Amino acid sequence: MSSTPAKSSTEPGLLRQLDYSVLQQCIHCGMCLPTCPTYDVTKHETSSPRGRIALMRAVADGKLTPNSAQFADEMYFCLGCLACETACPAGVNYAEMIEFARAEVELSGAKAGAKRNLIRAVALRWLFAKPGRLRFVARLMRMDQRTGLSAALSRLFPKRLRDLRAIQPRIAGKFSFDLIRETESPTTPRRHRVALLTGCVQDVAYASVNRDTVDVLLANGCEVVTPRAQGCCGSLMGHNGELELARRLARQNLDVFPLENLDAIIVNSAGCGSFMKRYGHLLPDDPRAKVWDKTVCDIHEWLAKIGPQPLRPSSPRPHPLKVTYHEACHLVHGQRISQQPREMLRAIPGVELVELPEAAWCCGSAGIYNITQPEMSMALLERKMKHIAATGVAVVATGNPGCIGQIRCGAQKFGLKIEVVHPVTLLAKAYRGEL
Amino acid sequence: MSLSPDTMRRLAGIVGTPNLQYSPEERIAYSYDATAMLGRQPEAIVFVESAQQISEVLKLANADGFGVVPRGSGTNLSGGTVPGESCVVLVTVKMNRILEIDSRNLTALVQPGVLTAKIDEEAAKHGLFYPPDPGSMRISTIGGNVAENSGGLRGLKYGVTRDYVLGLEVVLPTGEILRCGTKCVKDVAGYSVKDLFIGSEGTLGVVTEILLKLVPRPVARKTVLATYDSMTDAAETVSAIIAAKIIPCTLEFLDRTTIRCVEEYAKIGLPLDAEAILLMETDGHAAVVEEEAARMIDLAKRHHARNLRIAKDLAEAEQLTTARRSAFSALARVAPTTILEDATVPRSELATMIAFIQQAAAKYKLKIGTFGHFGDGNLHPTFLCDERNKEEIERVHAAFREIFEKAIALGGTITGEHGVGLAKKEFLEQFAGKTSLDLMRALKRTLDPNHVLNPGKIFD
Repeated sequence: MSSTPAKSSTEPGLLRQLDYSVLQQCIHCGMCLPTCPTYDVTKHETSSPRGRIALMRAVADGKLTPNSAQFADEMYFCLGCLACETACPAGVNYAEMIEFARAEVELSGAKAGAKRNLIRAVALRWLFAKPGRLRFVARLMRMDQRTGLSAALSRLFPKRLRDLRAIQPRIAGKFSFDLIRETESPTTPRRHRVALLTGCVQDVAYASVNRDTVDVLLANGCEVVTPRAQGCCGSLMGHNGELELARRLARQNLDVFPLENLDAIIVNSAGCGSFMKRYGHLLPDDPRAKVWDKTVCDIHEWLAKIGPQPLRPSSPRPHPLKVTYHEACHLVHGQRISQQPREMLRAIPGVELVELPEAAWCCGSAGIYNITQPEMSMALLERKMKHIAATGVAVVATGNPGCIGQIRCGAQKFGLKIEVVHPVTLLAKAYRGEL
Repeated sequence: MSLSPDTMRRLAGIVGTPNLQYSPEERIAYSYDATAMLGRQPEAIVFVESAQQISEVLKLANADGFGVVPRGSGTNLSGGTVPGESCVVLVTVKMNRILEIDSRNLTALVQPGVLTAKIDEEAAKHGLFYPPDPGSMRISTIGGNVAENSGGLRGLKYGVTRDYVLGLEVVLPTGEILRCGTKCVKDVAGYSVKDLFIGSEGTLGVVTEILLKLVPRPVARKTVLATYDSMTDAAETVSAIIAAKIIPCTLEFLDRTTIRCVEEYAKIGLPLDAEAILLMETDGHAAVVEEEAARMIDLAKRHHARNLRIAKDLAEAEQLTTARRSAFSALARVAPTTILEDATVPRSELATMIAFIQQAAAKYKLKIGTFGHFGDGNLHPTFLCDERNKEEIERVHAAFREIFEKAIALGGTITGEHGVGLAKKEFLEQFAGKTSLDLMRALKRTLDPNHVLNPGKIFD
């Protein structure tokens, strides 16, 4: 089980168990280098996808021990943005490799330390493993945020903790299940039957995005089922070296969602969707996983697929609402969804879509990267905010809770008066006639 | 032999401690370039920031007896940046400034670590154009392009890197710093020393500043995709176009195997039974472009093109060029090991050469997809294999040998744009002849008496 951080070194390494052709698929052409945010900053081959793969292969070949500090650092310095997969001519499955490599690092104990082990045990293995625990902690945070207790005491905190406070999202007044009934049916004839994944961060910080998603689905003739027993998708664990726990959570979801009665499982969080579409890789022996991978659908992808209902023209406004679109890495690179959200935004009457330079360059959120690698994360955020400021828009739309939180934090830090929303929120407003 | 602690201390003294790396991880990450199945770990890696530092590293190399391998982004396809024994890799990517764009003299002055595509992006802001476009242009460095005399898709009309280098600053293997060339279009003072370094594959000097020629940016472009039932028809179309005194900026082809792989990968509606696809583009003044495109279409029809698609706008042009641009990606996915070659023949011999490659593939039971630059005769036979299968790799080498020998027999060359490096060393003497090789060796000895700069490349 995953609760033991270190394992005996006599067992064959995880990278050695990984099908060698996955590692070998890299033809080291270097096309990924200019798209990699960490290579762009360091100009070091070791901080590039090609270099990381060479190191992983060296571990698999037994030429490098996985418990080396630099190997561990490079594996965690990677954002996991998967821009390299988009650039790769040879179709390398980097996502799977980096997951295995990080799990290997955890097994080797290279990064183990009392403090880190405790944080991982609490956050990855306890907090996010059961949605009830997360909601309980979120309620405590909400109370704290409303009473301003820790804000008042924050001057007494060490700097690291103060920085963490700055990036914590504001906990929503109500969570998803308070806003969404288990089954909701459209008033128009039913065209499709779908299920909704409410997510973890999305659920406690941005539950209204889930409500908006349901509204948009209802407006498009979809019956929406939101299973109460659903849990975390496992991406957080999978991306952070806890593959076994990720597998357990994936299996749980396979049990909970009634696959045979669904046209799609709708996800509105890029990170979850990207991971959930790869359950087949995660659970190669579970026949349900292959069907699951095909059933999971990002909300933008789904609407483009079924052809969204036309919108009423908006009430006349003196100026169009200028919106720019930031591409969440795990939408554009993880799922190759890039045009659908733009088309969705363009279809909203009264919205003018302004292209964001470097729209597909990571904002630095990257799961828990903004907590584990604050320096690099902030450098990327600054780069992103400069581009956003240059567009002069009032609204930034992006399809991932991590990005929403990160860019909101950036707006505050750089004093930018912008609203940061999920595209589906704008669409829901338009359907409700509120835009 | 590893470097002595004293040598390491001196290296650190020259480049600064953070710019000297030698951990096992770093040595692994600088043991390869883009060439398949070649690799050797360097003793150390230095990230240089000035010509002065490079000069001092080279002087130390001569004094302490180690090799120095200059490296940009490591996209070489002939093992040119794979370290030899007892070598230090000298990385130039931190010298990455564009120093000047001179719109009055149409020149750009750049450092060697600037990415090739960035030069053209910057030129475009001034309405200018840097034409050489090697496949790796988004990551390759201009220093590497000069060292390899890189080509690209636009070679037929616009030439290769050499045609755009006006001047250089070079650190010689013994550490002296030399400048040659000027902004003058005409400059015949003495030997053309700069030409010695262009295409020298990092064996004669390290380029530290490059003065490049720029040209006006073409305003219009027209793209046509033609499909054929026979490669000979496609080849004859190309000959007819050239004979009609049209020089297209692009004349690219795909063979049957490549067409199938591209269609499987990109699903763009290519006919699976076609023998050849020809991508033709003309650029320049709008009226001329229209007229040339019309004539090319006519010539293609007369040579039995069974299908012609003419791009109405930029978006459709993009779509048509996708077929050619996905060629390498589509092939690279098919097998674990992809070996990209660049045998080149006079364009009149192209159809013969392609047929020969297909026969070699059948004879040695190999999967070879061929695509490339029809206009300049530069072929890319791409071997799809698995390096773990020793027996298959032996067949690959046997097929290589036959293909290179045939290329030479047809008046062609063993490498059109990738260089000799390590990968083609064994074929060079047969191609160039002993006298020519002796001259190259004499030049190398004169400039690099201790054999410190990129040792073991091109010849032994």
